[in-house]
Amino acid sequence: MCNSLIQVEVIIPTQTKYLDLIGSIGERIAKELDKFSGDREALAYHLNLVLTEATVNAIKHGTQTNPNDTVRITIHIRENELNIKVYDHGQGFDLESVPLPDFEHPQEGGMGIFFIRTLMDSVTYTRQGDCNVLEIIKYLS
Amino acid sequence: MNLKSEKINGCNVLFIKEERIDAHNSGELKEAILHLIEHGEINIIVQLEQVRFIDSSGLGALLSGFKNAAAKSGKLAIANMQQQVLSMFELTRLDRVFEIYADLNEAFDSRL
Repeated sequence: MCNSLIQVEVIIPTQTKYLDLIGSIGERIAKELDKFSGDREALAYHLNLVLTEATVNAIKHGTQTNPNDTVRITIHIRENELNIKVYDHGQGFDLESVPLPDFEHPQEGGMGIFFIRTLMDSVTYTRQGDCNVLEIIKYLS
Repeated sequence: MNLKSEKINGCNVLFIKEERIDAHNSGELKEAILHLIEHGEINIIVQLEQVRFIDSSGLGALLSGFKNAAAKSGKLAIANMQQQVLSMFELTRLDRVFEIYADLNEAFDSRL
């Protein structure tokens, strides 16, 4: 892979049947990262999970009324950094107000953002034009 | 979702015949467990041998089953988890909630 920039862009309908495809791309990318010296199998699972959770989030927060709505996902691999952006067209939500799961009294929901925050190095959610962008960064060294 | 339930040693063993549990099929898993509980099958072991990936909604479906079984004085335990799947239970500390067994024999032995 050398140091060259790799870019992947996928646009899917807002349907959960495409989660496997998106997650699999993350898993496959993890196995190609020459620079990564950590546990590659774990990274593969984590990228699969983070892409799955982020895409579900975008589908849930996307426009519920438009059957032609899409989610755009970009993955950029730089020398020491993996950058994921997931774009939705919905109303958005306040990332900072999402609480940690209550580990003493576990609930069914609310673990998705926790996984993304815990397994990756930086997570932001911002409005850009007519989209919301969930940006996730994982440092590779 | 491809799954099969079988009564073994007085327990209802739910074999999940999928590699992946995510938001696309976790609703079906939740319904299948609820269906068993509503029909009086309150002691359930979910066998996850084939599952190599689970997301937050999959964990949520299992937690829902656990709570519904417990509400009827039953138990929902888990067996044959792959390491990566187990690590998701550990990360969310759900490994402290569920009884987790290496295999079905260990699960049956512990219930004697």
